Amino acid sequence: MIQSRIRKLFAAGPESAGFSLDVEFRATKGITVLFGPSGAGKTLTLDSIAGFVRPEEGRILVDDQILFDAASRVCLAPQARHCGYVFQNYALFPHMTLRKNLEFALERSPRLERHRKVNEMLEKFHLADVSGRRPHELSGGQKQRCSIARALIGSPRLLLLDEPARGLDAPLRAELYSVLREVRQDFGIPILLVTHDFEECLELGDEMLVFREGRIVQTGPPRKVFEQPANVDVARLLGLYNLLPAEIRGLDPGRNVSRIRYRDFELTGPYFPGRLIGDQVWLCIRPDLLSATPRDGHTFGNQMPATLLRVVEKPDRLRLEFLGDIAVDVPRSEFEQHRSAKDWMIEFPQSSLRIL
Amino acid sequence: MAIDWFPLWLSLRVAAISTAVALVVGLWLAWLLANREFRGKEILDAAVTLPLVLPPTVLGYYLLVLLGRNSPLGKLYEWIFGGPLVFSWQAAVVAALFHSTPLLVKSARAAFESVDRSFERAARNLGASELRLFWRVTLPLARRSILAAGALAFARSLGDFGVTLMIAGNIPGRTQTVAIAIYDAVEAGNGTTARVLVVIVSLIALIILSLANRLTTNPFGPRQTAL
Repeated sequence: MIQSRIRKLFAAGPESAGFSLDVEFRATKGITVLFGPSGAGKTLTLDSIAGFVRPEEGRILVDDQILFDAASRVCLAPQARHCGYVFQNYALFPHMTLRKNLEFALERSPRLERHRKVNEMLEKFHLADVSGRRPHELSGGQKQRCSIARALIGSPRLLLLDEPARGLDAPLRAELYSVLREVRQDFGIPILLVTHDFEECLELGDEMLVFREGRIVQTGPPRKVFEQPANVDVARLLGLYNLLPAEIRGLDPGRNVSRIRYRDFELTGPYFPGRLIGDQVWLCIRPDLLSATPRDGHTFGNQMPATLLRVVEKPDRLRLEFLGDIAVDVPRSEFEQHRSAKDWMIEFPQSSLRIL
Repeated sequence: MAIDWFPLWLSLRVAAISTAVALVVGLWLAWLLANREFRGKEILDAAVTLPLVLPPTVLGYYLLVLLGRNSPLGKLYEWIFGGPLVFSWQAAVVAALFHSTPLLVKSARAAFESVDRSFERAARNLGASELRLFWRVTLPLARRSILAAGALAFARSLGDFGVTLMIAGNIPGRTQTVAIAIYDAVEAGNGTTARVLVVIVSLIALIILSLANRLTTNPFGPRQTAL
């Protein structure tokens, strides 16, 4: 388990705005994803844990060992922290063979044990056939696996990965994910993984920490975060929703309904506890929960007319983008029948409406 | 007439010794400047660079004051080795050292700084001590640039004139290096000796330069397998 509270300040320079990192979290075994845009402090958090940068305040605890404690002036050297780190560029030593790269991590072990462990790791990560090669003679996937094997060979108490999937193509990404799932299973240590790809969070994360401008703005299982972003900033970071400014016009807890005004239209949603009439809110609706039909004169409840701007191809569906920044996902077959339609009605199913 | 080869041998020997010393001292200074933050770093950096820009006679004068027979350092040397340092061939080594180390520090520092920080972080992360990090990671990765820097330092040691003349003097058969011998030969109207020595020194410099150039290109290119 890892517990950390980290505060680090970067004063504003002549050409850089100031930045402050102020995060507190705990992670148990399993994969915890540090999610957020570039410059949100994810890698800085990882580097603070590994001991590459020294925070001004805070405390980092792994199991029951203190790695860093500003109050008692404890700051272990990176060498003493036993945190496996997988670097973004792998950082495999280019002048050493793959085997030497692994051996480097076990310098203090007796020769026989070192040999046995290296062989075991080479076997486990399917690298035995290429163990005599140097990094530049390896494929991307082999380098990737080697850097993970090297990080794990010293039996660290924690594994840190800095955007391991960055720049990988789809098959390599899939391979990486299956390797990481295996590692999660076999090593039973906390794994902290930095990414700015939300699909990766869903795919791998047991827990996620949403970073924004040096703060953690939401924590929870990725699925939960996806279904209920904590606020409009998180929703924006995920970039998966229609976010529409609206106003609450009516609330009826007895019938479990609410009236919400968006532009000139009144929509019916579920009752929102803790909200007041007149509140300015954001409607947050996933595009796949909306539906759209061509306008034919009939109007039903909870529909809104909209003009189609463009159609974007997605692997499994089409995304219709309407004037006013509303996107609706529809199955391809459904759209083909109405290809020529310009004016549409968008339907907002009552239960799909969430407000932030 | 026969050419006196002594100056050439002396110069080669002086350059070899001074390069060896410069590699030890210079690499340490370069590593310090590249990797450590400490008070007075700018001053050290400036002090190391100074001999590059000072006129050789000025540098030689300082050394003469610092190491002369009446100075504490000069006396200490005399007490240990039983003879004065100035106007000996060892003084020529000192002169070459001061002439070439700044160049070595400059290029070695650049070489150390060009090693990707993530390799050093990785080594520390894997438990390597600072010493092992230096020997097993930083130095091998910067090896070619450092060998090139050493070659250049050797060439520069070979060519020193002013500092050597100031502190080692011009004693034929004892402290007369090749650069000074060439000057002497020209002054004495000894054209043949001057021409032969000039050609030899030029050839040596040319070989070293091409070696240095070859060393500094493409250390870990994709096609290169032998290192």
